[in-house]
Amino acid sequence: MLSKFKNSRPQQFLLLFFIFLISYFIVPESEGNYLWRLPSLFKDFPLWINNLIYSALYDWFPLKVWDPVFEMYEKKAAIREFTRAISSGVLFLITFIREIFLGGAQTIGTFVSSSWLNSNKWFIWPALPWTAVVAGGMLLGYHLQGVRLALLAGIGACYLSLFGQWEPSMQTLSFVLITAPICFIFGLSLGVWGYLNKKVESALQPILNVAQTMPHFSFLVPVMILFGIGDHAGAIATIIFATPPMVRLTILGLKKISPEVVESGLMSGCNKFQLLFKVLIPTARTDILIGVNQVIMQCLAMTVIASFIGAKGLGFNLKLALNSLKIGKAAEIGICIVIIAIVLDKFSLAWANKQKNYFANLNFCQKNKNLIIFSILLIVCSIFAYIGGLYFNNINYLYLVPYEKGFSISPLLDAGVDWIWETFFYYLNSFNIFLITNILVPMKMAYLGMPVVSTFILVMGAGFIVGGIRSSLIVGSLFLFIALSEYWDRALITMYMATFAVIIATFIGLIVGLSCAQNSKSTAFMLFICDFFQTFPSFVYLIPVILLFGITDTSVLLAAIVYATIPATRYTIEGLKSVPLSLHEAGSMSGVSRIQRLIAIEIPLAFPHIMLGINQTLIFSLFMIVLGALIGTEDLGQIIMGALSRKDGAGVALTLGIFVSFICLAVDHLIRTWSDRQKKLLGIDS
Amino acid sequence: MSEKSNMNKSPVIKCESVYKIFGNNAEKLLKESNGIVDSKSFHTAGCIVGVNNASFEVHKGEMLVVMGLSGSGKSTLLRCISRLSESTAGKIYIDGEDLNAMNGKELIELRRNKMGMVFQNFALLPHKTVLENIAFPLQVKGITPDQCITKAMEMVDLVGLKGRENYFPRELSGGQQQRVGIARSLAVEPDIWFLDEPFSALDPLIRKEMQDEFLRLQGVLNKTIMFVTHDFDEALRLADRIAIMKDGIIEQLDTPDNIVLNPATEYVKKFTQDVPREKVIKIESIMDPIDPTITNKLKISKNDLIEKIAETILSSKEPLNVIDPKDDKIVGSLNSSKVIKVLFGS
Repeated sequence: MLSKFKNSRPQQFLLLFFIFLISYFIVPESEGNYLWRLPSLFKDFPLWINNLIYSALYDWFPLKVWDPVFEMYEKKAAIREFTRAISSGVLFLITFIREIFLGGAQTIGTFVSSSWLNSNKWFIWPALPWTAVVAGGMLLGYHLQGVRLALLAGIGACYLSLFGQWEPSMQTLSFVLITAPICFIFGLSLGVWGYLNKKVESALQPILNVAQTMPHFSFLVPVMILFGIGDHAGAIATIIFATPPMVRLTILGLKKISPEVVESGLMSGCNKFQLLFKVLIPTARTDILIGVNQVIMQCLAMTVIASFIGAKGLGFNLKLALNSLKIGKAAEIGICIVIIAIVLDKFSLAWANKQKNYFANLNFCQKNKNLIIFSILLIVCSIFAYIGGLYFNNINYLYLVPYEKGFSISPLLDAGVDWIWETFFYYLNSFNIFLITNILVPMKMAYLGMPVVSTFILVMGAGFIVGGIRSSLIVGSLFLFIALSEYWDRALITMYMATFAVIIATFIGLIVGLSCAQNSKSTAFMLFICDFFQTFPSFVYLIPVILLFGITDTSVLLAAIVYATIPATRYTIEGLKSVPLSLHEAGSMSGVSRIQRLIAIEIPLAFPHIMLGINQTLIFSLFMIVLGALIGTEDLGQIIMGALSRKDGAGVALTLGIFVSFICLAVDHLIRTWSDRQKKLLGIDS
Repeated sequence: MSEKSNMNKSPVIKCESVYKIFGNNAEKLLKESNGIVDSKSFHTAGCIVGVNNASFEVHKGEMLVVMGLSGSGKSTLLRCISRLSESTAGKIYIDGEDLNAMNGKELIELRRNKMGMVFQNFALLPHKTVLENIAFPLQVKGITPDQCITKAMEMVDLVGLKGRENYFPRELSGGQQQRVGIARSLAVEPDIWFLDEPFSALDPLIRKEMQDEFLRLQGVLNKTIMFVTHDFDEALRLADRIAIMKDGIIEQLDTPDNIVLNPATEYVKKFTQDVPREKVIKIESIMDPIDPTITNKLKISKNDLIEKIAETILSSKEPLNVIDPKDDKIVGSLNSSKVIKVLFGS
């Protein structure tokens, strides 16, 4: 009887739940009772982090720095000088690229004294006419892949210009053109280092885990303190966030290389550098390129968040539009961001797949033909712009369509929005009220009513069942850290929202995935839809839900559900696809019906992979929930937002970010351990 | 089979008591054991014995085939000699120089000029075309791109892949990919050629074709070769000498004929007992001394396989003269009862 119990997981979970319920109802709600809530022993942790950062900035390692204004040596902390130097460097690069597109005098100004510049005001680098940039983009697209890419680039760029979003688009573009390569170089170097050195790799893993599961906001305040406000700060925050996927994928790709290829490189006489650059990195190319793709997407996804600490561009405008509830405008800007994302994505893929032709003996004209064509086009467009200057009175449309002076579909969108609002208001509202009263609030109360000891019984018990003592201790300590702070209640609220979102998103994802996996066409289509939606920065999802449901928990949850359904669907489809064909055939030969095969063969075998999707689903929902704090929910995200203006802001932001990260890591650990075990039992290679 | 080179010239590859043991305290255990390594006791101590006291020489122009089953240590031995793995103990001399004493630079120079290696799963760089793959060792050496391409084209002709220079490895069949591997290993015109089960990943008909190709190449190039395989028939077909390995120990190192005629251990016998001897053994190995009383004018060449002359000898009632085809001198005699004894005796 006991051994039967030991082998049956569902029975163990049932017992666990039973114990959990008992503890839930027994422990009374009282402030002093440690079984209800743990004492806030870590209350001062945020303050401690804050002090650490400040003393690093002002006290550590003082250097003597010459101050030209006061004409004397001052003591400045080394770290501060270091961060200052990085800030100026990054800012210079961004401004440099920006000015190529939009014109300006700042780059020149860094090389030439300001007095000379004042007296020679005409010496401004002119902006490239937008027509020239469109032409250049089309040329590049054609060169990299062909007509389709050229058309995509051309139409996209035209949209950006004609709808009056040229300036902010170019600001965002220049931002991404600097941050993405920096992330690529950092990520690649760290990945290579981790591959070559086992110790570095084990040190990197936890850092990467935490960095990838911390909400974007958490990085903002510390970055703001260390680097100030402006484009460079946004860039640095973006770099911190976008580098981890690159590192992960580099290590993954390098590890996949067959040892024989490495040996053949050695036997061909490669020294260490040649081996690295000519053999290892090119062979790991596929995964490294996925990394590049991810980096670009992350950089774009951060545009809005980076705008919080002063990055200019589309993100800034989007935030403004949302804050003033100009939904139409926000949608328009969102489309611009998506266009840039898709175009850059396709460009990077095309660049990666380009082949070299050794045998073409080209003369000078042919080799540089693209450059020559571009120069010709540039001259032509400039002439057009000049003519336009003479023709148009105020605004030279052929040169630069200023902000907000282009076409706009926002009146249309706004009208559409109003129509939806008027027609469906009653239904939406009653749905909203129904959801909040009957489902969300009870859930919230249930979570808040959980004594801390019950929570620990539940999570540590689950850890024990899934992975033994080690798992239960890992999960327990992660949660302990949160429980000992002041923010446990807020964390509970975050968790209730996350649970709700994950359950619904998984359910939808399962249904959609199951129905699509039946034939290959619908599978390909669904995966394409998933890719398409994933290029949208997360912020974009909030637009329609705020519109329909106002500023409530419902909107955030709905946005989270939509956003989180994407990985749920994707992993379901991939899980079902990975069931070996031979098993399908074996099932058919045994005479099972379609449904029987689904239930008895496909779902159980695909389940471990689907569960990994839940992991991603959770991370996505948590991100969206934290993001939703922008519109005023009561959870952890809201405090992170508030931290931007608090004295101990940096510490609070980092601490809370770590909490969200720990929740993700705990659940991730549970799911991964279970999934690995199941896969081993089922004999599937991961 | 090429002529055996002079024994008094110094060997190209020389191994003296080479050991390779995997495990954390491998060196310590080896020192303590004083040269007597028992794989079972080492295994309980947490070490795995790869190569156990291997000593042999390979001469210029000779093809030594190292044969054994999985886990016998043959690939490990090859990797010790190419220094892809460091041997735990023992000395390895390449052209008289101590391999393990070389520093990084010298080793790279050695690999760039004197060594070439062919791998079981081809190990081609997937992002490079056939031509680029072949030119890779030259490129690594620092030769100008034009010269690289010229030389690589020569190699393409040599292995018969003309017309496919711009294909990628994924567009080629297994046999074609291995030809690229062979061409790449020959690009620097190495003196020493290592092949690690090069035809094991190919299907049987292609394998035979590739073996024929390989023999043709060796006939033209006459390199010093170490060839690893698990296929005894392949070893018999290709080798000048075979080294049969089991559990890291070289059980027997001899010409194919001698191995088949005089297997040294029970283990070797297991391989040789099913071998069709008439296809393997040459007259030279089984002929008797010169018999002056032979009057029959029929002559047998000493280099022929038994099967070639089987009909002739078995239908003759008297012994026949065996000659050396180079100068037509009589070197021995052979009669049918000897042939019957060799072929069908125990």
